[in-house]
Amino acid sequence: MGAVLGIVIKGFLVQQVTLGLASFCTWVERKGSALIQDRVGANRAGTNLYVGEFLKTDVFLLKPFAFIVRNLLLRPAFAVFRFLGSIGVINTLLNDALKALLKEDFVPAGTNLFLHALGPFMAVFPVFLAFGVIPLAPDVQIFDTVIRFQVAEISTGLLFLLAMGSIAVYGVVIAGWTGNNKFSLLGALRAAAQMISYELAMGVVFATVVLHFGTFDLYRVIEMQGGSIANWGVFFMFPTGFLCFLILFIVGMAETKRGPFDLPESESELVAGYFTEYSGMKFLLFWLGEFAEIALFAIVLATFFFGGWHIPFVEFPAGEWWAALIGHAVFIGKVLFFCVLQITIRWTLPRFRYDQLMNLGWKMLLPLSIVNLIVAAAVKLSL
Amino acid sequence: MSEGGELLNIDYGVGGVTTEMRPRQEGDDLHSDTMILNLGPAHPATHGTVRIVAELSGEKILNADVEVGYLHRGFEKMCETVTYNQVMPYADRLNYVSPIINNVGWCLTVEKLLGIEVPKRAQYVRVVMSELSRVCDHLTCLGASAMELGAFTVMLYMMQAREYLWELIEEVTGARLTISYGRVGGLKDDLPADFHEKMKSAFRGIRKHLENCDRLLTRNRIFIDRMCDVAPLTCEQVMQYGITGPLGRASGFDYDVRRDFPYSSYEDFEFEVPLGEKGDNYDRFLVRFQELFQSLRICEQAMEQMPKGDISVEDPRIVLSPKDEVYNSIDGMINHFEMVIFGVKPPKGDVYIPVEGGNGELGFYTVSDGTGRPYKVHVRAPSFIHMGAVREMLIGQTIADVVPTFGMVNMIGGECDR
Repeated sequence: MGAVLGIVIKGFLVQQVTLGLASFCTWVERKGSALIQDRVGANRAGTNLYVGEFLKTDVFLLKPFAFIVRNLLLRPAFAVFRFLGSIGVINTLLNDALKALLKEDFVPAGTNLFLHALGPFMAVFPVFLAFGVIPLAPDVQIFDTVIRFQVAEISTGLLFLLAMGSIAVYGVVIAGWTGNNKFSLLGALRAAAQMISYELAMGVVFATVVLHFGTFDLYRVIEMQGGSIANWGVFFMFPTGFLCFLILFIVGMAETKRGPFDLPESESELVAGYFTEYSGMKFLLFWLGEFAEIALFAIVLATFFFGGWHIPFVEFPAGEWWAALIGHAVFIGKVLFFCVLQITIRWTLPRFRYDQLMNLGWKMLLPLSIVNLIVAAAVKLSL
Repeated sequence: MSEGGELLNIDYGVGGVTTEMRPRQEGDDLHSDTMILNLGPAHPATHGTVRIVAELSGEKILNADVEVGYLHRGFEKMCETVTYNQVMPYADRLNYVSPIINNVGWCLTVEKLLGIEVPKRAQYVRVVMSELSRVCDHLTCLGASAMELGAFTVMLYMMQAREYLWELIEEVTGARLTISYGRVGGLKDDLPADFHEKMKSAFRGIRKHLENCDRLLTRNRIFIDRMCDVAPLTCEQVMQYGITGPLGRASGFDYDVRRDFPYSSYEDFEFEVPLGEKGDNYDRFLVRFQELFQSLRICEQAMEQMPKGDISVEDPRIVLSPKDEVYNSIDGMINHFEMVIFGVKPPKGDVYIPVEGGNGELGFYTVSDGTGRPYKVHVRAPSFIHMGAVREMLIGQTIADVVPTFGMVNMIGGECDR
């Protein structure tokens, strides 16, 4: 019973982290792109909030209470809201979600209602599930129980990640088919081909990584990167580790269908690609899935190559709650860095063409990753 | 209709284009069906309303049919009902990104009919304003093409650069988009006193933005791969289709109206005509990009050498009399009345005057029957002629190349469909 409760609580917390990261990515996409493009970006929602006439009363006895509530509670709260509104947070988190919920859920004629609803669900759900195997902070020991900040403590976490990444393709393909629209179909075809092609290189890169760490367990992987900065995944068996990172970074951007690889939704020729026929919250779910994927991918990079929660040359005592807190902050900091990096790249580069994308995947990245694997294996054997 | 029409199962007589898949025929194996994809007229990328029906095999375009005419406004017929000066607002809306060039072209046509030449200062001001418009035109074209490749940031940088120019143009003409700055026999107004300084600072801003865009695009590997060898046209093809302007020059067709048939004192200025070699999208991009700098150069030269004097001919039968005369003398009053009611009356005859528009040779053919209204106006709109070659450019390309190619052709609906 206690174990189940623990998992439920952990699951809830991890869900919050996931949504938080996805929202952060959405906000950076808005405001960051505005900064890159020399625009102002979202800056209005909530800025008109003033305490004003709130809780003003004529009842003599209530006046002190009203005064306290107004000036000590509401005024600072409103100030915070105004600030968040002026930097576009309220717009992103509240207004957009509310708008999408209230919008008409348009379903095109001649399609299967169930599958049409399943598409966005399938695009989001596996990504959220994948977060279940991510350890977010070092273990904490409370009395005699060791708490691990990982929902599913499975030793094959990496395989689970890969599996969930593959399932997400189904959502896109279903969405493309049920759109009953040629643009959706083309987008879905592109997405399927792109994700399957790039998964090969990703698999080989992960094989190299596993070769080095000797484990599929993400917690162990992070543990092994403590101490010196040379233990970080990106520096292992130089340059194989760095090559792994580079390839995975490119492949990951292709897997998230973003940046220069946003062919499945290339808005110039395919209107909106595979989600052309989606509106309202279903449309937003695709975006949520996409941003969650960005966060997930940033987490993978931080976990395998940048030492997870470790600060180089700094050792914290094991099992302390404050050490876990600092570790978590460091981890999330690294994740946010990679989120922002991906979004910056997305707003800087033009996009590939379909054949160029396939060439890059099959003729460049896959051979490179295989050679990398062989070199790494040879070095590992000779050591 | 040609072979294309049959292949696409187009039934022009009854119901337009059917976008159903080709029915299975005997001898087809399982994978031989092609897909008909209908882009436009209401597709986000077909800015300016145009329709491209493409027959696809996977992503490759086997056949395409380009339909124009969705924005037909009857410009040519409309011109026959108004006086020569009243054509000006209509001409604005031809290529609405560079309206002053249209104005200048129309003014030159009527002035040729009248057999007059405007004062040197007016000619120079026309050159300056035309070149500013050309820069606007090229910036819009390049920005839109970059955006269609996913480089949205570059588009906004180019729009910012264009904003400097539109502020300048607003300063001079009082409007930003549809300007109506030209007048038969001169111009609406002279340049403001501090125009030269403002232009200099605006050009500094534009050059900075262009430098950024250059860094973001010109040597960007993804951009080069997307643009190189896409939709090439040889010099012969260009000549056969009658393509002029940056599109023709990208293929090595060395023709620029400003240099070969100088009008409005273009012979006074030094500028180069950039030429491409391969005639692919990348050459088209580079040619337009270089022309931006040439246009800035012409503007600077014109402002340096700007002569003093009037900006209109002094003939009350061609330009409105000064208000002072209109209110205080009977002749002025009559002239004003004649001009407003009957307009300029060129002698009988017909004339064709080309100017170098943003997209190519923009020509006005006008027939005058001696009255105050044109008997017939025809516009040689470069966009319309360029659209004829789009089918040939698209066949064999992928669906992703349709939009950038179409962007580099820079079809402006108002000009193409008139």
